Amino acid sequence: MLRENQRRFKFDWITIILFLLLVAFGYLNILSASHVGEITSYFDMSQPYGKQTIFIGLTFVLIVLILSFEAKFYERFASIIYLVAIIALLGLFIFGKDVNGARSWYGIGSMTIQPSEFAKFATALAVAKYISDLQTNMRTIKDQLKVTAIIFIPALLILLQNDAGSTIVYLAFFFVFYREGLQQVYLIIGLSLIILAVLGLKFGVVITAVITTLVIVSTYFLQGKKRGSIFQYIIVLIVCVGFSYGVKLFYEHGLKIHQQNRISLWLRLEKDPAKLELMKKREAYNLIQSEQAISSGSWTGKGFLQGTRTTGKFVPEQHTDYIFSTVGEEWGFWGSSFVVLLFTTLIIRILYLAESQKSQFSRVYGYGVASILFVHFTINTGMVMGLIPTVGIPLPFFSYGGSGLWGFTILLFIFIKLDSNKINEW
Amino acid sequence: MRKLLLLTTVILVGLVFIARLFYLQVYSGSAYNIFEDTAIQKEYNYPKRGYVYDRNGKLLVANQPSYDVMVIPREVAPMDSLKLHEFCTLLKITKEDYDKKLNRARNYSPRLSSPFVQQLSKTDYAVLQEKMRKFEGFYIQKRSLRSYQTTIGANVLGDIGEVNRRIIAQQPYYKMGDLIGKQGVEKTYEKVLRGVKGIKFIQKDRFNKHIGPYKDGIYDTLPKPGKDITLTIDSELQAYGELLMKHKRGGIIALDPSSGEILAMVSGPSYNPNLLVGRDRSRNFTKLYRDSIAKPLFDRGLQAQYPPGSPFKVINALIGLQEDVVDTRERFTCRMGYYYGSRKLTGCHHHRSPVAMNDGIAQSCNAYFVNVYRRIIDKYEDAGKGMNIWANHAKSFGLGNFLNNDLSVGSKGRIPDGDYYDRAYGDNRWGSTYIVSNAIGQGEVEATPIQLANMAAAIGNRGYYYTPHIIKEIEGDTIPKKYRTPKYTTIDKRHFEPVIEGMFDVYNKGTASTLRVPGIDICGKTGTAENFVRIDSVKTQLTDHSIFVAFAPKDNPKIAIAVFVENGYWGSRFAGRMASLMIEKYIKGHITRTDLERWILTHSLEDEYAKPYSGEPFKINGETTLQVIDNYAIENTNQSSLKQ
Repeated sequence: MLRENQRRFKFDWITIILFLLLVAFGYLNILSASHVGEITSYFDMSQPYGKQTIFIGLTFVLIVLILSFEAKFYERFASIIYLVAIIALLGLFIFGKDVNGARSWYGIGSMTIQPSEFAKFATALAVAKYISDLQTNMRTIKDQLKVTAIIFIPALLILLQNDAGSTIVYLAFFFVFYREGLQQVYLIIGLSLIILAVLGLKFGVVITAVITTLVIVSTYFLQGKKRGSIFQYIIVLIVCVGFSYGVKLFYEHGLKIHQQNRISLWLRLEKDPAKLELMKKREAYNLIQSEQAISSGSWTGKGFLQGTRTTGKFVPEQHTDYIFSTVGEEWGFWGSSFVVLLFTTLIIRILYLAESQKSQFSRVYGYGVASILFVHFTINTGMVMGLIPTVGIPLPFFSYGGSGLWGFTILLFIFIKLDSNKINEW
Repeated sequence: MRKLLLLTTVILVGLVFIARLFYLQVYSGSAYNIFEDTAIQKEYNYPKRGYVYDRNGKLLVANQPSYDVMVIPREVAPMDSLKLHEFCTLLKITKEDYDKKLNRARNYSPRLSSPFVQQLSKTDYAVLQEKMRKFEGFYIQKRSLRSYQTTIGANVLGDIGEVNRRIIAQQPYYKMGDLIGKQGVEKTYEKVLRGVKGIKFIQKDRFNKHIGPYKDGIYDTLPKPGKDITLTIDSELQAYGELLMKHKRGGIIALDPSSGEILAMVSGPSYNPNLLVGRDRSRNFTKLYRDSIAKPLFDRGLQAQYPPGSPFKVINALIGLQEDVVDTRERFTCRMGYYYGSRKLTGCHHHRSPVAMNDGIAQSCNAYFVNVYRRIIDKYEDAGKGMNIWANHAKSFGLGNFLNNDLSVGSKGRIPDGDYYDRAYGDNRWGSTYIVSNAIGQGEVEATPIQLANMAAAIGNRGYYYTPHIIKEIEGDTIPKKYRTPKYTTIDKRHFEPVIEGMFDVYNKGTASTLRVPGIDICGKTGTAENFVRIDSVKTQLTDHSIFVAFAPKDNPKIAIAVFVENGYWGSRFAGRMASLMIEKYIKGHITRTDLERWILTHSLEDEYAKPYSGEPFKINGETTLQVIDNYAIENTNQSSLKQ
């Protein structure tokens, strides 16, 4: 009996407290960003904050439900959960509802549900399941391709539904693969490609080619006797320059205009002042408003419900993707740093717990949770602060929205359940 | 190693984000200033500016509404050519004007509001008001402009004009486009008259729509209306003084010696105060400002510092009595001047000799006062000490320093002391003979008309004066105590009577005997001051200044006056006549000496003033003839060149 009790409450309370703090603080900011006039009732279903009250209430039901399943259930049913998620995503093509040009929602009465938010934990489970299989060796090309396919299928479906932002999140699994044995060369190649892409866009293909040549030539001479044939180097050079050129072509012809403009704004590619002025009114409008709201917060912020730009609804979508700008304006530097600290602490805590797991499934899953949260946090907050180009994804636990909140809650609490069970794993 | 990749990335990202937040919120963001927050509209409500009345309750300055189009450059939405055309047509400006004005406003501040088009006519305002909502970033601000109920007293009343950036930097109360007192009582009583503007903070949304008061209006304030003020000016006397001063340059200051109240404060040439109202203000102001010959903005009653001439002799008489170096009976010989040895230090005109104090004053004998003055200075072991004691006495009459009153401009005048001559000649290398000009109000002594009027008041009061001031009443307030406390001179009361008798005899039998006014005992003193200008760097003498200082009646005086007419020649010629007329006008209310009045109104000094600028050699003083104007009633003022 005693053991039974101990086991049931062996949940990691630090993670749970961090989760609760984020949800509570997020709720306050949603309240601030979405209220119009007096707040009459916290359950006012015509207002986003009223709905969020319900969402948060249901979240606790969901948590109890998740924790009440056996930990083994998640490992055993990982593939089925994954399949259900894929079917849900596929179903969108038939039954889905268009919102803002993206076909990402099911409409049930007045409620909408976004399956892509749930596909993340399903994919994380499937990846964990596949990697933890004794047969799997991440160092082999075959398994690398297979595990890539697991994340590629949902990512592709989401991309086809016109939700490019959510697709990018699936890159998070790179961290998982790397942890589980993916060769270092992928990391180097990945980083090189990012650098090449940015260089190519910012400075043009010619300058990129010159820089690349210099780097490769110096590597060639520094390698000394170990260096291989000169042709290998030439091929690498051609591939690099070709990639950079390809990125440039893709940027110019493959991207939609608004995506192109977002990148152009980020890398400051546009030089024509007239076009720039136009961009400021369109693509950059949100960003400028958001940066201004954050800047006006100063050290301590203007106070809860006192943000003038928040009250004036200057930042569109402020209660969803741009919720962090409310934190910046009303809670100032201290408040927003606190949120950054909460997220980093939560992610580090999950990483710590993941490393301490005895079962590989739990560890891989934990890593997946940390990676997904990290990518979401980085992209969303970075975007709102103007550090990275605009990508429309929510801030976990913070942004308004039922699907998002539930998706992240399930993601996190399955791991808490797995973690609580590690004492039984031998 | 593999375990560390995500961990280090997370920590790195956290640090970068906090650094970015620090940059955005603390480093580049200034402290929150609600006035720069474009999410909050600031609506100002300008209170009524206080009215200005004269001492008899006649309204001099009232208000009229005015409407400015203001702009907040950051909020201006780009307009297509059709809309822009409509906007420009409404405002009656060209597209180039539009760009220019917008750029100027943006240069000042993109976030703060600046005036765009000022002082719309009422009809323009009515049309524009309907359509204003369409033009983002622009709004109409109501203000009140002055409406002058009179054409006189421009130098007294002053005017209001737009604040400049320097004022805004010093006094944050003022915002771009606000009006502030620039001259006259508008300047000195700015805070009383303006009241306090009210402000409403209104929360806007991103469509520029008002969505309610900011923080439920806890920071909003109601406007506090400006207080009305009553001036000590007698507008009838002021108007009369300005009439007399036409075609002349100079100043008239009339005081009530029993209170220090300024009854009239004339500066010639003057201008119509209505010139400095509304859209034409800056153009007219520039015109007045640039007139470097007539200098209409230079208040000659307050700022012009001239050698006082003979009126200053009475001060020397008083100091002589106080220092006990002379009595009223002692006579001094005058041989058409004062001789030191065989050297003539100063000349004099023809009168009987020898004279005692009474005749010395009445006949304005130079030799008499040089004797008295030298005795004062030589009474002490060294001239420096004597000079200091003398200066101390003279300064107790309000000479040689600012009067420290409620007028927007002024001059110190000059009463030299021992140090002054030590600097000029070297320590102790001078004596009383070097500086005898001071005895007769020439030399280094200088005074403004208001100082001379105040001196007359102090003599009329037998030894004290009230600081001359222009405020009589402030609505719901009292006037400062310093204007209600007498200031005593260093001369004993008993010494004044013989001097006053001398001044009385100036009218009875002396230099102003033709200016007597029946029924009023006037005590006065004529003055004639030599003066020089540089023409093509040659020091050239001009016709003497005509000076007159007086008070009346002799006992319990009601008015003390100083009149100064530039290049009017001898004292009783212009200044004396004008002083007599002013006194009669004030005491009797009407003019019996119409011969004097007619003479003044029909004689002009314009020709005299034109001489130094003619480029030709000219004659001065007795060798000139006076310019006569025939029909003074029709003759208009020199303002006709300024469009109203």
